[in-house]
Amino acid sequence: MADNDKAFLTINNIEVIYDHVILVLKGVSLEVPKGGIVALLGANGAGKSTTLKAISNLLGAERGDVTKGSIEYKGEQVHNLNPADLVKRGIVQVMEGRHCFEHLSIEENLLTGAYTRSDGRKAISDDMKLVYDYFPRLYERRSSQAGYTSGGEQQMCAIGRALMARPDMILLDEPSMGLAPQLVEEIFEIVRKLNQNEGVSILLAEQNTNIALRYSDYGYIMENGRVVMEGNAGELGENEDVKEFYLGISTEGRKSFRDVKHYRRRKRWLT
Amino acid sequence: MRIEQDVLKILLAALLLMAAIPWTAGKLSSDIFFEWPFFFEVAIGGLLAGVMYSLVALGFVLIFKASGVFNFSQGAMVLFSALTLVGLNELGVPIWLAIVFTLAIMVVLAVVIERVVLRPLVNQEHIILFMATIGITYFLDGFGQTLWGSEVKLLDLGIPNSPGLYFGGQILINDFDLVAALIAGILVISLAFFFQYTRIGRALRAVADDHQAALSIGIPLKHIWVIVWAVAGIVALVAGIMWGSKLGVQFSLALIALKALPVLILGGFTSVPGAIIGGLIIGAGEKLAEVFIAPMIGGGIEDWFAYMLALAFLVFRPQGLFGEKIIERV
Ligand SMILES: Nc1ncnc2c1ncn2[C@@H]1O[C@H](COP(=O)(O)OP(=O)(O)OP(=O)(O)O)[C@@H](O)[C@H]1O
Ligand SMILES: [Mg+2]
Repeated sequence: MADNDKAFLTINNIEVIYDHVILVLKGVSLEVPKGGIVALLGANGAGKSTTLKAISNLLGAERGDVTKGSIEYKGEQVHNLNPADLVKRGIVQVMEGRHCFEHLSIEENLLTGAYTRSDGRKAISDDMKLVYDYFPRLYERRSSQAGYTSGGEQQMCAIGRALMARPDMILLDEPSMGLAPQLVEEIFEIVRKLNQNEGVSILLAEQNTNIALRYSDYGYIMENGRVVMEGNAGELGENEDVKEFYLGISTEGRKSFRDVKHYRRRKRWLT
Repeated sequence: MRIEQDVLKILLAALLLMAAIPWTAGKLSSDIFFEWPFFFEVAIGGLLAGVMYSLVALGFVLIFKASGVFNFSQGAMVLFSALTLVGLNELGVPIWLAIVFTLAIMVVLAVVIERVVLRPLVNQEHIILFMATIGITYFLDGFGQTLWGSEVKLLDLGIPNSPGLYFGGQILINDFDLVAALIAGILVISLAFFFQYTRIGRALRAVADDHQAALSIGIPLKHIWVIVWAVAGIVALVAGIMWGSKLGVQFSLALIALKALPVLILGGFTSVPGAIIGGLIIGAGEKLAEVFIAPMIGGGIEDWFAYMLALAFLVFRPQGLFGEKIIERV
């Protein structure tokens, strides 16, 4: 595409406060180009999810508030819009932990994703076919209650549901959470295909630095509510600090491997 | 569908259980008058009265499911809608038109409640929202009576209110109760259809499941709240019409909400079929208990039977008969 690296989503120095007192983001800036996959990396509590929720404005439901900075999408200030308006403008978040509607069937879950659309039944059922093409497993399980499907199927359901809104940009929060490595790989492959074939831009929050860097073009590393490092995915993967602290490898071998494992294990309890 | 079979089984089991007690008692002592046709007459009368409880409980369940708010004002909405209907009618509006107007007023009320009460309190603790609905209760009780007066009013829809003999002339049933049950049945079936098959209905179920996720795909919670409150208002109006034409439109209508509580405990707070079946069981149970068991222990069971039953349920099955299964995967 011609305007490939023109900024699509720009976040400028935002600050987020929960409950009027807890300062969580302390000036975060980032950019997502049109058609890009950008990774947002960092340990537990770094503020990745908060950043995504600030963009999609799901913060409001958690008593969080963007108190400084600006969020610009397709050249428009969007940080006062409510989530429904943002979905209509093409930004959808796939929340951490999947959040499928448990008592609805997979197919009904997908249909709810099209709630904001007004382009008619035909267009919606075409998109449903498209989602089933990308996720054949969802087609097999289409009439099962989502709550009884496997974790991987639920993750696919959550992504498929977001696709049903016909988004230009998906905010994808920890798709790898709690899934077996092959399945994670499978899901990332599909995400890449979606990005290439459908032109959906993706902002990806991940703890799994390794896989996130392999599938994205650019990455930001967050610590403690700040962006501490950024760069092309390939360069970040080669950076010594990143290797040591986030990939669990360093020049002296795998010395911080135990820490990495430790926070992964804790993660299950925390979420 | 499975749930409907469950409903039938439970209702049947409950009825048989209720028959077993007076039947054995009748065998044991001659003081108790027991005959099957008479038993069924009482049971059917009770079931038909139970339909009313179901309607009120249904209003609670809808709002509770969609917003987690326990709407204390459901009873007040019943009273308010009935008062408005009779009031309009007394002003000379023909009754059918008055029903249409009252429906519109209940929808407007839902919009106002969302705007003025719910929206400013969004994200507050549930207990705060609960207290806000107590406020709505007092407002509606007061406002309705200020507007339309507080004396007992008659509501006459022209439905025949005479007992008729059914099942080969053996069982006496009030025609009005039959019509009321029929209308309630139609209402419930259309609601079920609405929830199951429409886009908005699906969105309502989605919100009931996970409101954050609903928000994330762009379902505006505000609209959903207006819709459930409006539906609850419409259900309240139907209940108000039925009770009002039976008992007269008066303050005591607001108190039937108190009967809805045991119904909810029995049926589960989040289950629409539960509300319906709970209402039927309590309706039939309290009439049967009054007629067949009260003589054994000295009368007056009807008033507290429902609460006893609810208490027993709280002990043995706190999620109610149909409380939503929490899906646990391991
Ligand atoms: N609703 C909330 N109220 C108060 N504090 C919150 C809230 N949500 C998150 N926080 C705090 O904000 C910080 C950042 O949380 P966030 O969920 O954004 O981290 P994260 O990078 O997504 O972590 P994880 O990898 O565990 O998902 C944490 O310290 C967390 O405790
Ligand atoms: Mg997170």
